[in-house]
Amino acid sequence: MNKKLLMRGSQVIGEAAIRAGCRFYAGYPITPQNELPEFMSGAMASLEGGTFIQAESEIAAINMVIGASMAGARAMTSSSSPGISLKQEGISFLAALELPAVIVNVMRGGPGLGNIAPSQGDYFQATRGGGHGDYRTIVLAPAHGQELADLTEKAFEYADRYRTPVMILADGMMGQMMEPVILPDPVNLDTLPPKPWVLDGAQGRPSRIIRSLILDTVGMEEHNWKLERKYKMISDEIPRAETYMTEDARLVVIAYGTAARIARGGIKRAREMGLKVGLLRPVTLWPFPERAIREMSRLVKDFMVFEMNTGQMIDDVKLSLEGRSNVHFYGRPGGVVSTPDELAKAISSLYYRQNLKKEG
Amino acid sequence: MEKLVFTRPRYMKKAPFHYCPGCGHSIIHRLVAEVIDELGIGDKTIGVPPAGCAVLAYDYFDVDMGEAPHGRAAAVATGIKRILPDKIVFTYQGDGDIAAIGTAETIHSANRGENITVIFVNNSCYGMTGGQMAPTTLLGQKSTTTPGGRNKDRDGAPIDLSQMLALTQGAAYIERTAVNSIKNIIKTKKALTKAFKVQMAGIGFSLIEILSPCPTNWKMSTVDACRRIDEEVTQTFPLKVIKDETA
Amino acid sequence: MTVKPKKGRIVIDSRLCKGCYLCISVCPNKCIVISEESNEKGYHPAEFTETKDGKDRACTGCALCACICPDIAIEVYRE
Repeated sequence: MNKKLLMRGSQVIGEAAIRAGCRFYAGYPITPQNELPEFMSGAMASLEGGTFIQAESEIAAINMVIGASMAGARAMTSSSSPGISLKQEGISFLAALELPAVIVNVMRGGPGLGNIAPSQGDYFQATRGGGHGDYRTIVLAPAHGQELADLTEKAFEYADRYRTPVMILADGMMGQMMEPVILPDPVNLDTLPPKPWVLDGAQGRPSRIIRSLILDTVGMEEHNWKLERKYKMISDEIPRAETYMTEDARLVVIAYGTAARIARGGIKRAREMGLKVGLLRPVTLWPFPERAIREMSRLVKDFMVFEMNTGQMIDDVKLSLEGRSNVHFYGRPGGVVSTPDELAKAISSLYYRQNLKKEG
Repeated sequence: MEKLVFTRPRYMKKAPFHYCPGCGHSIIHRLVAEVIDELGIGDKTIGVPPAGCAVLAYDYFDVDMGEAPHGRAAAVATGIKRILPDKIVFTYQGDGDIAAIGTAETIHSANRGENITVIFVNNSCYGMTGGQMAPTTLLGQKSTTTPGGRNKDRDGAPIDLSQMLALTQGAAYIERTAVNSIKNIIKTKKALTKAFKVQMAGIGFSLIEILSPCPTNWKMSTVDACRRIDEEVTQTFPLKVIKDETA
Repeated sequence: MTVKPKKGRIVIDSRLCKGCYLCISVCPNKCIVISEESNEKGYHPAEFTETKDGKDRACTGCALCACICPDIAIEVYRE
């Protein structure tokens, strides 16, 4: 087992990416994720076959990732909210061209330039595809340092397995915080499954084309259905959620990432007050852990969605429950980070309003 | 004994071109395919086509081809070349693709001295979308978005991207040629050969800008379109070696 | 010493030809015309005026037509 290290979130992502076989990184400076490209510049330089490019723009960075992925490399870019908006063109192309790539979004307050404080305002953008066209992006939401490492490794694995872009949705808090982490072992690049689609020159084989332009409408429809079959498969195979103190819960908070950590603190305090509250934390935001939430609705009639925005994931919770339980919301947008005490208050007020104490 | 002295090059698929009659694109396609064959690099070449008239270039070139979003070919090519430095990577782009929406990607690839070859087809209009004003449209030239002719005060003057790129330290070889006559076609092939050789020698960024007729959007006969390049287009975009760091 | 003039011949693929006239404009010996017939795309393709066995052949197989042909529709043979 590897040693436990105290590391900053951004650095954990970078180190885990390299251990996962990432050999190409292109990015553009934007706060609060600058530590990641800064780390990658040094790390790639000291790595044989590693490439770091500080791109002229977010758009150039994602397109360099497209090229590197076409050439067979495990490739990554990172940015923060406004920068991710600029990358959406490339993400749509990655999905259409069926190219693996990992995109890290260290979310900040928005819309517009917003601010550089931690936020979860990009949930819709991340989980709905974000760019143009009928596609999905796998979205992983780490909530602590160890998960930054584990999910970064998973992101590369999923990207290759499904030939699709994978987004790691973190926020300024996750990126800046230092936490103890046990890094995974480096993968042996030679043992990764071959990619019989890469563009590396047609030596001893027919030439290949990687394209997304399909002018024939029936052909385009078929391509869309093919992607859809893949998304169905992903939806069956990888949804993940973690629960905390839900066994006897009468109220379950649903939160991801930093919000989920705050929620844990709030739930602990609420438990001290004698309230039966638990947490369900989606680890994959797309595919959304619908089944886990639906199953929980057999015992729980009240859910409180807590997000660092004005209510985005709440839509997916409602879609998962299809009216089976009550869905409430508590959120703070704009980069405001709630305290566990604040959340405990919100929980207890809801708890009494819904008369859960009495019934319990 | 009769000999076959001219036929379809090996790296050009036997597919009918979708281009309009008299279009320069397919002449340039053929020249690139001939150069790839003559340099013996067909099995290690990767091409990146643009968005625009040549978007379907992958249906014609019989080498590995990977699509780029509009204007981003140089960035995509950068990614490919950095991962596979021993392969030959070229982009094939029109004037709108390279000199408007893709200006940043192109200038910075040149500035980094990316060891790629860029084929820049200048037909002074947006062809695929129906003949709108391009960054290279000449002053006074009519287009669907400059019906009274391009006006410097309103539309700006045509941009000389090749000249701009020549100012970057990473650009190794830049030449402007044309495919409007036999003489110029032969020169273009020589220029393309040189550009690919620059890449093979690892010297840096090479770009050949090729003036190409667009009879359809210029609303001219094919022969008149070729004549227009000599008489008008070369006045704004003179044919010459713009930068040569190999000498 | 007299140099025997080169004899040549071209084959135009009428399915690929779009009748753009560029070959006609460069042929030094005027050996190419536009066909009366149209091809399946509706273009009137270029047509070589000489057959292989024809007498008084003017085509030298210089390949200028093929060089400028935008559709790679011309193959050139030379003796």
